[in-house]
Amino acid sequence: MNKRKMGLALSLALTAGTILGACGKEDEKETTGEKPETETPATEEAFTVAMVTDVGGVDDKSFNQSAWEGLQAFGSETGLSEGKEGYSYLQSQSDADYETNLNNLARQGYDLVFGIGFLMQDAVNTVASQQTGSNFAIIDAVVEQPNVASVLFKEQEAAYLAGIAAALTSESNKIGFIGGMEIPVIERFEAGFLAGVKAVKPDIKVDVQYAGAFDKAELGQTIASKMYSSGADVIFHAAGGTGNGLFKEARDLKKKDPSKNYWAIGVDSDQTAEGIVDIGGTEHNVIITSALKRVDNAVKDLSAKAAKGEFPGGQASTYGLVEEGVGLAPINDAVAAKADIEAKVEEFKAKIVSGEITVPEFRKDVK
Amino acid sequence: MSNRLRNLSIPIIAVLLGVVVGTIIMLISGYDAIAAYSALWSGAFGEVYYTGEVVRQVTPYILAGLAVAFAFRTGLFNIGVEGQLIVGWLAAVWVGVAFDLPRFIHLPLAVLAAAVAGGLWAFLPGLLKARFRVHEVIVTIMMNYVALHLTNYIIRRYLPSPSGDRTEKIHATASLRSPFFEELTDFSRLHWGIFIAIIAAIFMWFLLEKTTRGFELRSVGFNQHASQYSGMNVNKNIVLSMVISGVFAGLAGAMEGLGTFGYAAVKGGFTGVGFDGIAVALLGGNAAFGVILAAILFGALKVGSLNMPLESGVPNELVDIIIALIVFFVAASYMIRIVMDRFSKKGVK
Amino acid sequence: MEYVIEMLNIRKEFPGIVANDNITLQVKKGEIHALLGENGAGKSTLMNVLFGLYQPEKGEIRVKGKPVNITNPNIANDLGIGMVHQHFMLVDPFTVTENIILGQETTSKGMIDIKKAENDVRAISEKYGLAVDPSAKIADISVGMQQRVEILKTLYRGAEILIFDEPTAVLTPQEIGELIQIMKTLIKEGKSIILITHKLKEIMEVCDRCTVIRKGKGIGTVTVSETNPNELASLMVGREVTFTTEKTEATPKHNVFEIENLHVKDSRGLGAVNGLNLTVRSGEIVGIAGVDGNGQSELIEAITGLRKIDSGSVKLNGKEITKLSPRKITESGIGHIPQDRHKHGLVLDFPIGENMVLQTYYQEPNSKMGVLNFKNIYKKAKSLIEEFDVRTPSEFTLARALSGGNQQKAIIGREVDRNPDLLIAAQPTRGLDVGAIEFIHKRLIEQRDNGKGVLLVSFELDEIMNVSDRIAVIYEGKIVAIVDPKETTEQELGLLMAGSKRKEAGEVNNV
Repeated sequence: MNKRKMGLALSLALTAGTILGACGKEDEKETTGEKPETETPATEEAFTVAMVTDVGGVDDKSFNQSAWEGLQAFGSETGLSEGKEGYSYLQSQSDADYETNLNNLARQGYDLVFGIGFLMQDAVNTVASQQTGSNFAIIDAVVEQPNVASVLFKEQEAAYLAGIAAALTSESNKIGFIGGMEIPVIERFEAGFLAGVKAVKPDIKVDVQYAGAFDKAELGQTIASKMYSSGADVIFHAAGGTGNGLFKEARDLKKKDPSKNYWAIGVDSDQTAEGIVDIGGTEHNVIITSALKRVDNAVKDLSAKAAKGEFPGGQASTYGLVEEGVGLAPINDAVAAKADIEAKVEEFKAKIVSGEITVPEFRKDVK
Repeated sequence: MSNRLRNLSIPIIAVLLGVVVGTIIMLISGYDAIAAYSALWSGAFGEVYYTGEVVRQVTPYILAGLAVAFAFRTGLFNIGVEGQLIVGWLAAVWVGVAFDLPRFIHLPLAVLAAAVAGGLWAFLPGLLKARFRVHEVIVTIMMNYVALHLTNYIIRRYLPSPSGDRTEKIHATASLRSPFFEELTDFSRLHWGIFIAIIAAIFMWFLLEKTTRGFELRSVGFNQHASQYSGMNVNKNIVLSMVISGVFAGLAGAMEGLGTFGYAAVKGGFTGVGFDGIAVALLGGNAAFGVILAAILFGALKVGSLNMPLESGVPNELVDIIIALIVFFVAASYMIRIVMDRFSKKGVK
Repeated sequence: MEYVIEMLNIRKEFPGIVANDNITLQVKKGEIHALLGENGAGKSTLMNVLFGLYQPEKGEIRVKGKPVNITNPNIANDLGIGMVHQHFMLVDPFTVTENIILGQETTSKGMIDIKKAENDVRAISEKYGLAVDPSAKIADISVGMQQRVEILKTLYRGAEILIFDEPTAVLTPQEIGELIQIMKTLIKEGKSIILITHKLKEIMEVCDRCTVIRKGKGIGTVTVSETNPNELASLMVGREVTFTTEKTEATPKHNVFEIENLHVKDSRGLGAVNGLNLTVRSGEIVGIAGVDGNGQSELIEAITGLRKIDSGSVKLNGKEITKLSPRKITESGIGHIPQDRHKHGLVLDFPIGENMVLQTYYQEPNSKMGVLNFKNIYKKAKSLIEEFDVRTPSEFTLARALSGGNQQKAIIGREVDRNPDLLIAAQPTRGLDVGAIEFIHKRLIEQRDNGKGVLLVSFELDEIMNVSDRIAVIYEGKIVAIVDPKETTEQELGLLMAGSKRKEAGEVNNV
């Protein structure tokens, strides 16, 4: 604590030392003497990791939260505690805070600092070029710096499995896909989904539509309504909040006419809870499964690598099925072909993992 | 003179009360208040980097505070600082992106563009007030929304970078950032803007306190009837006051556009700096020097609070509560005045 | 006879001054008791003690013989003490009834029963002869009416003892007459009245007894029928006072100021000045006599450029100033002591020194190239403050902190110092005490003797008669008569002001 109360001049000297001696960070920690000597020597070498949320905050039930859960899982597996000697996070209240927060964590001596989300691409780039002694990671974007690990996901593989489930569930052989915006991430979802459908039922027609936004639930509902009324019985979305409109439409239709099938497939996290509908006292769920994007697993994995001294600085790591970075949520019990689906999913999963199948990343590569 | 001492002591007491009540809230919620405040302190002044960030945050606060204070001194309540800031921000970035000029022309031009944009944005409410007695509070609030959505539209439609939701980076020749400051403050985003803010404060003080124009502005602020009686053009002064206030706000936008960010992004909501400016002006007693002090306090609280969850586990929302409490106690200064009178047994009517 | 109110040996201190030092005031039931003293003598403090706004350090208050402890105005109300304030405590956008019942609303089912309240108000107003329209808005009624509302407010709350704080300061002669009638009716109905005033004439006319205080000390209580104005004045001031303003015969020369066929509308768009003609010559004081609301305010505002002129012409030294801005008019040589010194005359939150340059701040030596020279401003202010005997701690004191008389002296100093060819003085002595009035009248006459024109507008007939060299009577926006003060009487003026007697048109236009 004494250090914190030192005058400006002293901290200037200290930090100047940090810049000049771009060498051992461990030494730096020694000299600043954060902790009393009574603690076990092991803690000095203990790996520390932290993350910076975007403005969504750490409890956004999405991306940031998932990343934080990954850190917590990593912490409990390696016996680290939350706090300065283990793992921690900082929240950004405005986009002006990204750089400050990243910088703050780096100079607190964290061995690895995550920037969660592509919004932080610039900030990570800037801070990494300044704090060359620290390691950073960025989720969903690529930053080309020797001390930054970029994390991308093979969304197409999760979507591929979702496509298999969709094709096997569909009785009308008409399937829909609702995308948020036409950006590379969503294109990977679309390409993977189309390929998955074709892999089991090559004749099925998939109706692909983009809403143009991630936060327009009413637009999602309109699109879903058109798709269902033109005969589709399974719709997959990769559209964030817009997808909530899909779930609403499916629930409404199912309630109106319980005899017919209106299925939906979720994205990113297991969205099962969104599909529950009450039909005459019995609970039904319109969601078959969800294409999972395991930010938590990626964060955990990258942290583990860094802790072992295998930090992939300067590289872009792509997390797919092999790395458990993507996956498929459990299949809904109400789906008649559940066993069949599970068998097929396992089969194709094995083929993807073994490399027998490469799931296309781009629309044009879907055959 | 004891009056001046009293005027000075009220904001100080308000700040202390805010801290005390904040402490009580922390204790009730089971947090370690001492750890929280020491984290706050070290997050603001513990290292030269943080201090640099504090000054960076203080810069737009000073200008936004001056904008509110200036209007207030002349009897107007400019709630539109936020909107004027946003248009100033975009104007500065536009000049920074669109032109390729030597630094000594480019940077002043970009700053000037922000000032002009902010001034124009405030001109309309001033004109409506002077001409038709439309209350400036209503007009400026509306203009805030117009500014927000108009600038978002312009960025999306005319100035997008490949990512679509923001402009390109401004050219280095229009940037307020400098390697010198980065070196000095260990890569904080401190920029030259702080000098613009201080010059603006001195300008406001000089204009209001030392010039005939300021004499008129203050006079109109206190008593429009007497000002008219003495031959001052009340309407002209109202418009002028709003424009100068808007210029300060526009400059605050330039600080963000040319200093902190280097671009303008599509905004989902207001930046909050303009509204914080009201609190800064209030705490600073609407005086130029007071605004600087209040901006330093608020800037330090804002930046220091980012460190609180990390070091002490106290959520940084708590600092927002403390700031709110300080503003509350300043606003309730009448209450403090009464208590002070009780203590000093002064009963002068 | 029993005393309804007794204030015995009251002492009230403020830091640095003793506002009330051992003052005793005893009021009998059914009498009008005057409380006489100069501005700042401690009258208001004493009444605020009685009304519960201040707590005395020493002394005892008894109501109907019983010692009481009045710690706030509500207790005073409960004891039947009501105050009619000099500065009315009324809510402008509310109606008369709403103002009267404010805080004492009669409700039925949570709703204000405004009908019943109006009837109550009407009943009280008829009983005491206080004619008001219960449904009129305060903003729309005259000052005299507003005062009646204040009186009604106290009566509605069941006041037995009414304190009138300088009630005639704001009234026209007619209204003063009506107020005196009202007071007499109140006494007849069993009320008691304390009248705070420094107008000796009123005391002589209506009061039974009079308590005099001077510089915070009680001087004594006299029975009015056994005294005379001169004795009261010397008790109050502590020296001999002259009542009639001494002045030499006027020697008017050329015309300085001419108004021809002037038409001006009031704020509601109705004609307020309707074809007015008037001339002021150098070296004379022209007094405009009239009942409030006959276009005096609009006339002055039109002359000084504050109000739009519909038609007609205004000339100063033969030059047209009709459509000029206030600044140009000021610069061309018109000085103006405004009727409402708080609203127009001063920026109360400016130091008195800066108020001294309100019209001249932009000229040298007060400023140069747009930058104020405070050294020169305050040097000038200081000399004016000394010359015009403005009692202020310093030239840096806020104008707000000065007493009314000193504020007025400051304004007069400022206006006279600019040495205008025409000085317009609107109600220059309103609310001031004898000493200050004397001073201001002297200054106006001095201006005249220096060969300047003075236009005096006043509702005080005494003032008009004493100071003016010619009297122009205004009625419904026109000058209906020009009379010589030496040849007229208050009765004749009163009739002229009421519009009941007109001089021949030719006589008016030939002046």
